[in-house]
Amino acid sequence: MIQLINISKRFVTNVVLDGVTLEVRDGETVALLGPSGVGKSVTLKMINGLLRPDSGEVIVDGLKVGQLKRAELQRLRSRIGYVFQYGALFDSMSVEENIRLGIVDEEESKDDTYCSNRVKECLRLVNLALEVAEKYPSEISGGMKKRVGIARAIAGKPKYLLYDEPTSGLDPVNADVIDGLIERLQQELGVTSIVVSHDVRGSFRVADRVALLWQAKIRAVGTPEEILQSRDPAVQQFLERDLEMSLIQAEAEGRDGTKA
Amino acid sequence: MARAGAELTLDLRRIVGRWSLRSAGQVGRFTYLIVDMFRGLPEWRIWVPRTVEQATNVGYGSLFIVLLVAGFAGAVTSLQTGYQFTGTLPLYYAGAVISESMILELGPVLTALILAGRIGARYAAELGSMRVTEQIDALESLGRSPITHLLMPRVIAGLLVIPALTMLANATGLFVGYFTAKASLGLTYSDFEYGARYFFRPLDLWYSLIKSVCFAATVTMIPCFIGYNTQQGAEGVGRATTTAVVSASVTILLLDAIVTQLLLGAK
Repeated sequence: MIQLINISKRFVTNVVLDGVTLEVRDGETVALLGPSGVGKSVTLKMINGLLRPDSGEVIVDGLKVGQLKRAELQRLRSRIGYVFQYGALFDSMSVEENIRLGIVDEEESKDDTYCSNRVKECLRLVNLALEVAEKYPSEISGGMKKRVGIARAIAGKPKYLLYDEPTSGLDPVNADVIDGLIERLQQELGVTSIVVSHDVRGSFRVADRVALLWQAKIRAVGTPEEILQSRDPAVQQFLERDLEMSLIQAEAEGRDGTKA
Repeated sequence: MARAGAELTLDLRRIVGRWSLRSAGQVGRFTYLIVDMFRGLPEWRIWVPRTVEQATNVGYGSLFIVLLVAGFAGAVTSLQTGYQFTGTLPLYYAGAVISESMILELGPVLTALILAGRIGARYAAELGSMRVTEQIDALESLGRSPITHLLMPRVIAGLLVIPALTMLANATGLFVGYFTAKASLGLTYSDFEYGARYFFRPLDLWYSLIKSVCFAATVTMIPCFIGYNTQQGAEGVGRATTTAVVSASVTILLLDAIVTQLLLGAK
């Protein structure tokens, strides 16, 4: 379980997070929605200890992230897969080497046969051809980079997956592919995921629950249906800004119908 | 008027205060970086292969420019010695001037300044780009240390390669200096050798080596530190690269004076 308890963070005079509290239960996918610059990525970076909150607690698997020693933090990070906004692939390494870097277990990472098989397995999971393994990041498209980033994040069989804007900068078709991939990974691997996004439609598709970050605070948390029905003006304003609102509503109605 | 004066004083205090805080912060971060590097030494399985790779790149890549500059430095020293000393001092003095200038000053300092531009800029730009494209964060998020994966190989490679390049630069400067003196002044090998040996002390070579190690640490650690802490996108990478080269160059000149005073000043 991931718990954010009353966390605050400011950069110089800019208050990014102000008393944010959120709980992500084991096995569920939570989408963290909000406009750009509202502190969504900062929240993710606090979960795996890349940033520290000014106040409050981040607890992952019962461990207080801010109080962990270097070795303990490294062990915790090996249980958390992080998908970066632009892939953050290492330019000087091939796709295979990038994915191998995600195999964090010391014994496993020394076993060439295991690593080779694991790289193939991860490429299959993210719908990439095996030939891609030989290529360098500069030789593949933006969508493929994102998928390689996901493959690297799952290579170490993490318990948690953090996605930072997984569909940003992609065309709608590729964005749909990535959303589908997140959904499928959730079903196949059963990981606990947090998806940071400002793409309402994609988030509603992949998430069990949605949290809206608005003006440095969590404004609303609930299932996609609950968020859609929210009367909160901030929530409505954010949702209405999305041009695909009508499509979401149509999908939500369809989902309600199916459930009924 | 009095109020304006008070505001100016207040501003000055604020500026000095901010500058002092920022400097103290930088010194603290730099110290932590050095401590982290020592802590990372036991993880040799990670940094040794990468160090070999970096040393090969840096060594081979810099060899031509270092030898070219050293050759020209030797030639120019030789020509200027001829211009100043001919007719006033015995010719064998040229051998002493060329060898001592190259070993004590020109070899180590010119090599370090050239490498501050070449290696320093490269390290700062590489690490800066990796920082702004979140590659360093990615490494950390995978539970791996950027210090042992990225910084230590670069610093250790520089510490191994730069003194070696400096010694080669010294030798090249001496050879080219001798041949230039032979062609322009008619200096014989025996005169050159006599002059060079007459003033030479083993400490000179140690001094050259010690200086080159100090400069190697400067050329590698300052750009690595600046690149590692880069912020604000492509503009930040550009700024980090320039700052790294300028800071490393100024530090080299400062260290040159300090090491000279420490090792030769007491004599």
